[in-house]
Amino acid sequence: MNVRALLCILCLAGLPVLGQSFAGLGDNGDGYAQVTADSPLVFPADHGAHPDFRIEWWYVTANLETEDGTQMGLQWTLFRQAGQPNDTGTGWQSRQIWMGHAGLTTPNRHFVGEIFARGGIGQAGVRIAPFEAWIDDWRMAGPDFDDLLLSANGPGFSYDVKLSAYGPLIRHGQDGFAVKSETGQASYYYSQPHYSLSGSVTIDGKPQQVTGTAWLDREWSSQQLSGDQTGWDWFSLHLDSGEKVMLARIRSLKEPHFSAGTWIENGQATQIANGAIVFSPLETSDVGGRDIPTSWRLKLPERGLDVEVRALNPQSFMTTLFPYWEGPVSISGSHTGVGYLEMTGYE
Amino acid sequence: MRTLLKALISHWRQKPFQLLTLVIGLAVATALWSGVQALNAEARASYDQAASVLGGDGLTRLGAEGRDVALEDYVMLRLSGWKVSPVIEGRLRGPRGSLRIIGIDPITLPVEADMLRLPAGSEDIGAFLSPEGRVFLHPTTVDRLPETFPQHRIDDSLPPGVAIMDISLAERLLEADAVSYLIFAPDQRQDLTPVEVLTDGRVGKLAQETQGDLARLTDSFHLNLTAFGFLSFVVGLFIVHSTIGLAFEQRRAMFRTLRACGTSSRMLVAGLVMELSLIVSISAVAGMVMGYVIAATLLPDVALSLRGLYGAEISGELSLRPSWWALGLGMSFAGALVASVQSLWRAANLPVLAPALPEAWHAAQQASLRRQSALASGLLIGAGLLLIFGSGLAASFAVMGGVLMGAALMLPVVLNKVLSLAASRARAPLARWFWADGRQQLRGLSLALMALLLALSVNIGVGTMVDSFRKTFLGWLDQRLAAELYVTASDDAQGADIARWLTADERVDAILPIWGEDLAYQGWPFTLYGVVDHPTYADNWPILEGLTTPWEKIAGGDHILVSEQLARRFELTTGDTLSLPVPNGAVPLIVAGVYPDYGNPVGAAIVSQARLLRHFPDVAKQRFGLRMAPEDVAGLQAELTQQFALSDSQTIDQAGIKGFSRQVFEKTFAVTIALNALTLTVAGIALLTSLLTLATMRLPQLAPLWAMGITRATLGRIELIRALMLAFLTAILALPLGLAVAWILMQVINVEAFGWKLPIFLFPGQWIALLAMALGTAALAALWPVIKLRRTPAGRLLRIFADER
Repeated sequence: MNVRALLCILCLAGLPVLGQSFAGLGDNGDGYAQVTADSPLVFPADHGAHPDFRIEWWYVTANLETEDGTQMGLQWTLFRQAGQPNDTGTGWQSRQIWMGHAGLTTPNRHFVGEIFARGGIGQAGVRIAPFEAWIDDWRMAGPDFDDLLLSANGPGFSYDVKLSAYGPLIRHGQDGFAVKSETGQASYYYSQPHYSLSGSVTIDGKPQQVTGTAWLDREWSSQQLSGDQTGWDWFSLHLDSGEKVMLARIRSLKEPHFSAGTWIENGQATQIANGAIVFSPLETSDVGGRDIPTSWRLKLPERGLDVEVRALNPQSFMTTLFPYWEGPVSISGSHTGVGYLEMTGYE
Repeated sequence: MRTLLKALISHWRQKPFQLLTLVIGLAVATALWSGVQALNAEARASYDQAASVLGGDGLTRLGAEGRDVALEDYVMLRLSGWKVSPVIEGRLRGPRGSLRIIGIDPITLPVEADMLRLPAGSEDIGAFLSPEGRVFLHPTTVDRLPETFPQHRIDDSLPPGVAIMDISLAERLLEADAVSYLIFAPDQRQDLTPVEVLTDGRVGKLAQETQGDLARLTDSFHLNLTAFGFLSFVVGLFIVHSTIGLAFEQRRAMFRTLRACGTSSRMLVAGLVMELSLIVSISAVAGMVMGYVIAATLLPDVALSLRGLYGAEISGELSLRPSWWALGLGMSFAGALVASVQSLWRAANLPVLAPALPEAWHAAQQASLRRQSALASGLLIGAGLLLIFGSGLAASFAVMGGVLMGAALMLPVVLNKVLSLAASRARAPLARWFWADGRQQLRGLSLALMALLLALSVNIGVGTMVDSFRKTFLGWLDQRLAAELYVTASDDAQGADIARWLTADERVDAILPIWGEDLAYQGWPFTLYGVVDHPTYADNWPILEGLTTPWEKIAGGDHILVSEQLARRFELTTGDTLSLPVPNGAVPLIVAGVYPDYGNPVGAAIVSQARLLRHFPDVAKQRFGLRMAPEDVAGLQAELTQQFALSDSQTIDQAGIKGFSRQVFEKTFAVTIALNALTLTVAGIALLTSLLTLATMRLPQLAPLWAMGITRATLGRIELIRALMLAFLTAILALPLGLAVAWILMQVINVEAFGWKLPIFLFPGQWIALLAMALGTAALAALWPVIKLRRTPAGRLLRIFADER
């Protein structure tokens, strides 16, 4: 059996298939717990899994630099997907499915790892205290969320790095309630953008020491996108001036696209309103037969931001079951810095 | 060329019956051959499917020999980085048969493990992982499903008898609390801690499943079928040969005229080949269709035989494979070419001016008989040598082939001797002519008689084997199934409850546990049973050889009884020491005897119950045989069923189990018997066509007798008697050959193929029936030429003198 075909369908099982919607995220979430504006995030409990919600992720992206100054990027992601609402099964009877993605990007190479696991038996999961998120032998673990060891491997690469927080958690949207469309689709969304990173990455058996900065996203919902939304362009920016910026554009079949963002300065998050950001693709690259914009101009007039964002490696394509582009970027223009770009839904 | 073809084909328009004979001959030859091939191909395809689903994908399996893998161990291996995928496998026994449940985890299943191919995008895929689950199985397996079962989907690519489902569903259905084994993905990281170290030796690489090698196990069965198919093919070719020979003889004058008119011999041969190709094409296609029908008719029985004999599951439905068509048609053309090469050669070398006469027979026959006799002797001596020095199944079949072919080739030599002996004794002129003419006829008939000899002797051989087997098997069943009632509990706890309950019941004289552990001896699977000390065994259990009181020795604990298969495979005899594999080592036990265990594809051995429990305390304690008065069986069976909520299949009385065994037995040989009968039919057709050919060719020999005053009626009677006489002689000679065949089948091939020897019983009634059948076939075959002869106008006989002499 082709596991890819199987999972592809699993995620759409029994629901109206909205062909354009990335990874089935535009399905309605009937029967699952719903995201509401009036339930504030609670820590550390919300670092753990929320099996009543349809989909959830723990998402780390990091910009790295080797001792000889080479720029790199790494990604570590754990997805959880519920196969059915109100899943109470234990052991093999659990309907939770976990998926791990790992990426490592250099200026001219891009490595991808992918793992699937069933919930209920301990092959993958998240524990709150001491914090540990794992799937097979990939781990994000530490005494707590501020101090994490991150490891993963895949064909041709592995990494083993330490993350240390130097700032607070950031709640996006209204205190963590992040709206994704005009019609009110929303998710719970918080981040830890303030991680310094050190450790080693191994490529083709050759280890190298790296340092850098990392960004962790946590998000869960039962209905991430509205039916006519086809994908998104998401930027996390570490500006050299110290600010962190999250900018996202959710594309729909009819314009205008929905946009959202968070300006983070001195540990304080300020929501950026829909429409305030101007996203302009500058050039596209042919990535596995797809035309994907790998260079952007981003304007946020209210903050005096007018930057050009350029992919470190335009071929940073995650050839996973649900394929998408994800890779490190460099920032120039009114501000400089590094960041990460994620683009989904380009066919 | 067109004119030439027209001229050639005009012959068939005048002789439609001859054309029909040719077509039938080729079609029948092709039909039986291709039918058997279709059966074999279907079975092989099933094995391949089974192999790929059941572990033939070349992927390593990890597990604990004889034990399950704890879930914790599986998870620990995954967390350590090993790419392994769990499988929960087991049997679900229901009233409608046993179902092999295979629960897979599609989430972790390596892409290389091609266990289930689902069409991408079908809603089945989602349903597979849903809580309700979805089961995939072969169409022939549907009727084995229990009444309440999750939704299923048909998948032709799966082996029969298997239900594939998600591991969560398999866990529920089988009430499994652990994983059966792990599939080991081919791509693994190199820097991981070894599995054995991680699991403290609990999990390791599993030996490839010995019983899974169905193709090897069933080779003998398919070789058997192929041999039958080939025999029929050869017999069919005899028909083709004689018909083509006849057509050639009859058109000799036409060929001469054509050549005289300027047709080159190359043209003539080309024309004949084209004509032949046309006929062969039509016949071959007809034969293939017939072959398909034969195969489709026999397939259910073949499927049952294979399941009964080897536990091999094959599909009950026949699929048409392009390779089968190609092979069948190719064989048909090749066969026709072989059968006609002699005639074509003669047509090519036809002297234009020579009289259109059959050549002087006598000198040629003497020489050819000498050659044939030498070849036959060579074959028989070769077979003898191979029998003494050869080993293995292929050698056994080669012995069989050598004996059959040698004997067939020897037949004309022997018949010639018998006839010349009879001729030298004869006094009356007509009698002398009768015998002498019989010798002359031999040449034309010898192929048909050889076919008859082969068909008859194979019939006798196979008939003797089947009936001997039946007699042995049924006698053995009667002894072996001594208990009046057999009970199977749902689990060990219930087994204990039932045993307690039965002990208290005064109707039951003895409770004989039937507990067995599946083990492997030097890699070969066998079941070790533990028996209690009870006179039932000493009184009933058949023993082939052994110590004087084997059961007492067994009770002592240091002895073991082994099945014939186990004994033969490892050359064990009474008094030998067998090193019994037990957990953490081996125990030396003395072989107390060897017992027959007909029909069991794996080995078996018996020790005392105490010995079994000492080494295998966890053996399944669910089956019991009960000794009791036969009249109490029905009542107790009903009470047991009600008391313990047993299903119908959990209690079975002696009559029931015997009936079932008999049914399996009869089905097992249904195919053999059917093919046997078909072969005999083909031999009959061969005899008929040969006599027809001769009838035309022989007019020159009969005309002088008619001219001397013997009426056509008398001539016809003489012809009939001669045909019967030749058939009779052949049948008599077929008897010793048939017994030789039976001996080779039972004492040589059977031992090689199944691992047990059968005592030979003789069935003279069968021989008489066959003799009658042979004479009947010959009479029927001779009747048509005789009638033709009687209807031959006097003028035609007269013309012989004018035209030919």
